[in-house]
Order: sequence, then structure tokens, then C-alpha cells
Amino acid sequence: MDADIALIVDGERRAVTVDTRTTLLDALRERLGATQPKKGCDHGQCGSCTVLLDGRRHLTCLALAVAHDGAEIVTAGGLGGPGGPGSLGSPDGALHPVQQAFLDHDGFQCGYCTPGQVCSAVGVLDELRAGHPSLVTEDLAAEDPTGSDDEIRERMSGNLCRCGAYAGILAAVRQAGTQEARA
Amino acid sequence: MKELTYHRATDAAEAVALVAADSDARFLGGGTNLVDHLKLGVARPGTLVDVSRLPLDAVEELPDGGLRIGAAVRNSDLAAHPVVRRGFPAVARALLAGASGQIRHQATTAGNLLQRTRCVYFQDVTTPCNKREPGSGCSALGGYGRYNAVLGASEACVATHPSDLAVALTALDAVAVVLGPDGERRIPLTELHRLPGHHPERDTVLDHGDLVTAVELPGSAVAPASTYAKARDRASYAFALVSVAAAVDLDGDVVRDVRLAWGGVAHRPWRAYVAEEALRGAVLTEETAREAAAAELAAATTTDQTAYKVAMVRNLTAHTLLRLAGGAR
Repeated sequence: MDADIALIVDGERRAVTVDTRTTLLDALRERLGATQPKKGCDHGQCGSCTVLLDGRRHLTCLALAVAHDGAEIVTAGGLGGPGGPGSLGSPDGALHPVQQAFLDHDGFQCGYCTPGQVCSAVGVLDELRAGHPSLVTEDLAAEDPTGSDDEIRERMSGNLCRCGAYAGILAAVRQAGTQEARA
Repeated sequence: MKELTYHRATDAAEAVALVAADSDARFLGGGTNLVDHLKLGVARPGTLVDVSRLPLDAVEELPDGGLRIGAAVRNSDLAAHPVVRRGFPAVARALLAGASGQIRHQATTAGNLLQRTRCVYFQDVTTPCNKREPGSGCSALGGYGRYNAVLGASEACVATHPSDLAVALTALDAVAVVLGPDGERRIPLTELHRLPGHHPERDTVLDHGDLVTAVELPGSAVAPASTYAKARDRASYAFALVSVAAAVDLDGDVVRDVRLAWGGVAHRPWRAYVAEEALRGAVLTEETAREAAAAELAAATTTDQTAYKVAMVRNLTAHTLLRLAGGAR
């Protein structure tokens, strides 16, 4: 069965006809040319397909495209950097603070997991700002969990890096969080 | 994957009618388990009825201090809810111990309860599995069995239920509100999931077409002093080897009231009534807590691969109760 859907991808409305079995990841990559989200495990275990969907970090491999008709999706390419096909970019080509922090701290080696890591990190910082707890938050009732290294590790645990760039990723998220707190 | 008809339901009654009338139809919620099963060939529905956009996404406070949690409330939203964090910390901790930040944004309350076992053979369509293909046999009995059940298993199935949330809800006497073709009924969480017996293909007492629309948590004197502890192979993002949901109300060091449920040990969340009864009125010490857990575990059946679970759940129970007594949540 085919279905006509529309997705807003990095600020651009894209209409597409998909087989109802198509995952959101395959619709983005194979049908719409948005190749920033990567297919790693395709079973929700690695996080490399992470995007921001309606403002929250979301796996695109464990989602049917048809069920997300109308969704607003921001990929790592839509966060900042030079504009281009399928990318929001920014008027002056500036990188998002999280993207810049990954560069500053070598938060990657091969780069395959990076678009997912970056989207997840943006989500983590939003969740910290909103006061959401994590499993390592000692006082659940506290409304301002700190962005400690333990908190960042726990909150980023859904994104695997086979190159093992975790030390750099941790430093990058810490830097971006500190910048946000100052801003 | 088989051809799939997709229908987005506009109200709960329509969704129930559609699925009840078609043995080949399934409800689709957050999709985090079902979409994976479609890919693996574990589930092969012809029709999906999407209930994820139904207006079942509210958390309402009840007059008795309890909560009514809509079936479509996302795991992350429930864990961040101020009343859950203050009044039902075991529920918040159980949710936060499950899956990853991304998946918690996607997964729903009802979907979490109805997720299926992660037994490796259930998820591998090339191997016999009585839960997936009734009558085909159980590969876990003579195979990789480290995650197998130690309580309430049968010769047909030794799978464990994977939900963390369901364990906390079972400890805190939650009730599932279910809409079926003949109307609404209420099922205590302690009765929602089944033991496998001769029919491991049935995880719960729900019939085809039954839709969980809400979960109610009663107001409770013990719930604010509750927590959830999970033992697993990695510090994060792994299913439980064993887990403990506990709540305790102490008068000095004497147990006035207690709730205990275990995950990772059985085909359903295991409410530890025997241990609770042993603890009520007793002085809470490491020794009494371990003895109470051991009394519950007298019925355990283990193999070389699962014997560790008995010691682990006994110790984790004592550790968790003593931490609660010390003020941890």
C-alpha cells in the first residue's frame, strides 16, 4: 500500500509517496536524499539514525514514515553550517555550538555516528535545560539536574561510537552545555 | 516484510472495532518494538491501526492522590512529570532505567507494558520458539539461557518479561484500563501479564482487539518512599538481568508496610507477596530482608546459567530496602 505524506526536513516541506512499510530513515535517505541520519544497526540499538523530530531526539529506524506524516525533522545538517540541498544551514554558514564543540574536541574518528551523536547531544542539552531527570540524577525532585560527566554519559548512552571517541564526545557535550549555560 | 495496510484511528472505539474485526490487524503505538518485529519477521500483521495520535496523552491527578496516565503518554514525559518524581519515584526510576533517551521519547506507557520478550530465540525466526510459533519447541531450554526465568516458567517457555515500568507499576498496585469490543474493564497490573503454562504465545490476559487506554496508580502512603534498582551487564542501555521495585513504610526500624516486585525473573513482573508478608511487622535488617527474599525464592528453579539470578535478586532486594530505609529514593 502506498501513502502520500509530507515531512518538513531541515525547514523545507517535502511531499513524498511511500510504501507503508518504509521506515522514516529509509524515506529520508533513499527518497528525499537527506543522508545525514545514518543506517547503523537498523534495530534501535546504535543511535546513528537520530534526528530531532518535533523538537525531540528520535530514532528514525524504529519509525514508519507513514506514521509521521507532517513531522518536522531537523537532521545534523540542518543545525548549522553551510546551506545546501536538504540542509537548513545558517545565513553566515556558522556551525551550531554542538557541531563546533565536536570539532574542537575531536569528538569523532570515522564520523559515521557523528550526525546522530550531534542530534542526540542537542536533545540532551534541551532536556537538561528543561530540568528532566536521568537515572543518575540523585534527587529526582530537583528541578535543575547538573550537566555532570556522569549525567552526560548516562544521557548519551543511546549513541554508540565504534571508533571509541567517547572521551572527545563527552568533552564536546560538556563544552556546548557550558556555553549554553553562559549564553 | 508483508504488504501492510495502514489506518490512523480517529478515536479509541473505532480502533478497537477495526482490530477486533480483523485477526490480521495490530495496534501501532510508538512502534519501538513492533517496527523492529516487522523487520525481523517476528510480527507479520496485514493491517496496522495507528493509535499513537489518539487523545490518550494526559497525566491527570486523582482525588486520592493517585494518577491516571494516558496510554499514549511517552516514557520520557511520564518520567519527568513532577508528581511522578515526587510521589512515585519507583516509576520515574524504572522508566529512566529503560532503553535510551531517544526511545523514551517514542515509546508509550501502554506499549511499554505490552512489549515482548527479548529472548534471543523469540527474535530469531530461524529457531524454534513456542511463543512465536506455538508447538515448535523452546530453543532457550537447551541453548543460551542466561536471561531465562527462574520463577513460574514452564516446559514450553522460559522467557522473561523485559519491561522495567511494569515492575514498578506491579509493586505499586497500578490498574490497567482496557477498552474492548464489549466496553471498558479494569485489570490490576498483577493480573495483566500471564505465566507461560501451555500458552506462551499469550503474554497477557488481553484478547485480540483489547486496547489499553490508561494506567491508574492509586494514591498510596508507601509510594513516595519507593525506588527501582536494576542489575545489568552495562551501566546503561541494557535489559535487566534482575531488577527490584520496592516501597517501604517504616515505624522506627519496624516495617509497617512494604511493596516488592521483581523483574528479569519470570514471564511476568513478579510481585513478591511472600517476601512482603515476611517483612511486615519485622525489624528491617540486612538479614531479615535477605531471609524474606529467600522465602519468596524457595520456589525458584535454576540451571547452571541462571543460578546467579537467585543470589542477585536476593542481594539486590536487601540492598534496595536498606537504601530506602536510609532515605534514598
